Amino acid sequence: MASVLSEGLAVSALLFAIGLVGLLARRNVIMVLVAIEIMLNAAGLAFIVAGARWGQADGQIMFILILALAAAEVSVGLALVLQMDRRHATLDVDALSDLKG
Amino acid sequence: MRDALVLVPALPLAGFLILFLSMGALKRGAVAWIGVGSVGLALVAAVVAATGFWRHGAAPYTQTLYTWLSVAAFVPRVRFYLDGLSLVAMGVVTGVGFLIHLYSAEFMIDDEGYSRFFAYMNLFVAAMLILVLADNLLLLLLGWEGVGLASYLLIGFWYGESLNGLAARKAFIMTRLGDVAFVIGLLVLFNRLGTLNIQDLVRNAQAVWVPGSFWPTLAGALLLGGALGKSAQLPLQTWLPDAMAGPTPVSALIHAATMVTAGVYLVARLHGLYALAPAIERLIAVIGAVTLLLSAFAALVQSDIKRVLAYSTMSQIGYMFLANGVGAWSAAIFHFMIHAFFKALLFLAAGAVIQALHDEHDIGRMGGLRRQMPFTFWSFLIGGAALSAFPFITAGFYSKDLILWDAFASPLGGPAFWAAGLLGAFLTGLYTFRLIIRVFLGPAKSKIGRRPGWLMAVPIGVLALLSVVGGLLNIPSLFGGGAQFTHFLAQVLPAQALRPGVRAIEPDLETAAIGASLGGIFLAFLLFLHAPQWVEKVKSTVAGAALARWWGAGWGFDRLYEGVVARAYAGWARANRDDFVDAGVDGVVEGNRLLHQLLRWTQTGHVRWYAMAIALGAMGWFWLAVLS
Repeated sequence: MASVLSEGLAVSALLFAIGLVGLLARRNVIMVLVAIEIMLNAAGLAFIVAGARWGQADGQIMFILILALAAAEVSVGLALVLQMDRRHATLDVDALSDLKG
Repeated sequence: MRDALVLVPALPLAGFLILFLSMGALKRGAVAWIGVGSVGLALVAAVVAATGFWRHGAAPYTQTLYTWLSVAAFVPRVRFYLDGLSLVAMGVVTGVGFLIHLYSAEFMIDDEGYSRFFAYMNLFVAAMLILVLADNLLLLLLGWEGVGLASYLLIGFWYGESLNGLAARKAFIMTRLGDVAFVIGLLVLFNRLGTLNIQDLVRNAQAVWVPGSFWPTLAGALLLGGALGKSAQLPLQTWLPDAMAGPTPVSALIHAATMVTAGVYLVARLHGLYALAPAIERLIAVIGAVTLLLSAFAALVQSDIKRVLAYSTMSQIGYMFLANGVGAWSAAIFHFMIHAFFKALLFLAAGAVIQALHDEHDIGRMGGLRRQMPFTFWSFLIGGAALSAFPFITAGFYSKDLILWDAFASPLGGPAFWAAGLLGAFLTGLYTFRLIIRVFLGPAKSKIGRRPGWLMAVPIGVLALLSVVGGLLNIPSLFGGGAQFTHFLAQVLPAQALRPGVRAIEPDLETAAIGASLGGIFLAFLLFLHAPQWVEKVKSTVAGAALARWWGAGWGFDRLYEGVVARAYAGWARANRDDFVDAGVDGVVEGNRLLHQLLRWTQTGHVRWYAMAIALGAMGWFWLAVLS
């Protein structure tokens, strides 16, 4: 059982790293959103694995919470993407820096 | 019946609230009925309460309304206290106040601010009644500041003229200087004696403090500061002549009959405390004597009819302070009452003259009004005679005479105080009849407009009557009287023992007093009616002209304060323009601005940059957590 935890967490960490690199490296806002989804799922996987390790339902509850959160986030995010395309005619996140200090 | 006491201040307060909240929406008739009626009903309530007071054998009566606030041992109550002293003061405030309100109903009829005027006047009467009826010093302070506010509002009543506003401000600031000392005095008393209830406080003070020791002297001096400011005595006297900028009924009510005598009332109310501070008593007597002389000289050369009366008010209050200082408390209160009658009369009659001559204040341009305004002339003559203590028939003679006698005969008094009072009496006759001669005798100089109607004539007539018969209350035993007023007040204000051997020379002193008063009047007729060229001759010399200018400016106190106090204060204000206290606050602002500039570059506006910062930050924390 110990190997489930360590292997699962290793996969989770890998997914998180992939997501983070994607977030930092990609300039297309759609890809940034995809990267965020990957990172959210990495966190969800870590919860599932931990829940399985200790035989608790909490991990799965947290995963459902994350799922709902991700759904909400995507709906807001896609609405923003739509607005971004309409108003600025670009999907490049670096092009938008009006809030510069 | 004594329960009616609460209505006495409550009715004028209600009148004020109605008039104030209606904001001028009421018709003039309704305003007059409310404004005058509320004070009239207060007078009725005062009479009812006084009747009840007599029925209970003149025993002190307290009426508790509610507990104001309760903090540990500090439990001031809204509670009224009626004894002989507050009864006299209450009677004067409601009685004279009602007559002046009645007079104002006609006097102010053409004024735009009719409703505002009566609102402020009612506020004043309510505050003054709270002052005189208060059972503790905190409630007294509420009334004390209330009358100060009403005085400020009414001096600056015609606020269209900026000079009136300046006069109001001056009166407010000068009295406030004294009030600061007054409040500190209250704190000292509470800190040392644990109560502000006047009766308890005096009792505690007499139990705890040794006469002449430090604390009663300090407390007495601080409270005296407030009294000096309110009563326009040296060195805080300069505001009173300028306060004449207000309407004439205001001068009559506030700056002659009632408010300016609040200091006299305060000292008499706390006489048990002042008995423990003989040094302060002596100071009160000296201040009173000096003020009465200085302002009598100043009154000699004034050309504004109301300023003559203002300086004369200061002088008469000087007499009251002199009486308080030599321990003749009841003489001070008797003069307070009689002075309220005749000085209100003089101001009201002067108001009739001013109105008849179309707002003319300069007595140089008056004259010969005796034939044109006979009623006003005879009333003014009665008031003037009472002011200059015309022997035997006027009330002013008996009240001033009592003060002169006590100034000589009291163990705290002496020949010097008596001589100052005597010289003052001489000068009073001189300046009073100078005024009467200039205004009413000689050739007529201008046509008169409106004569006073019955609403103005009745108060003048009643006050003239009181100025004569008021003396019957307190005829000394030398003239075969019973001195009932003094006996009545003796419960509250104990009579002083006399110095040994003075009874024998009482007739001589009386003769001297009569001589001083008649001599002043005689000299006035000689100098200002029969031989005016003598006065002109003195005035045309360099020294005479300089003296007239000096006295005319009230001995130059305004310039002295302007030069020493105001100039120094303005200089300090200029030097400290950037306010050294602000420097610390500004430093915080500058430091924040610097930090802001430093951190600004991190706000690039690039989302990925922020994500990177978050990721690096999180990694950094993890690293730290793993390392430790």
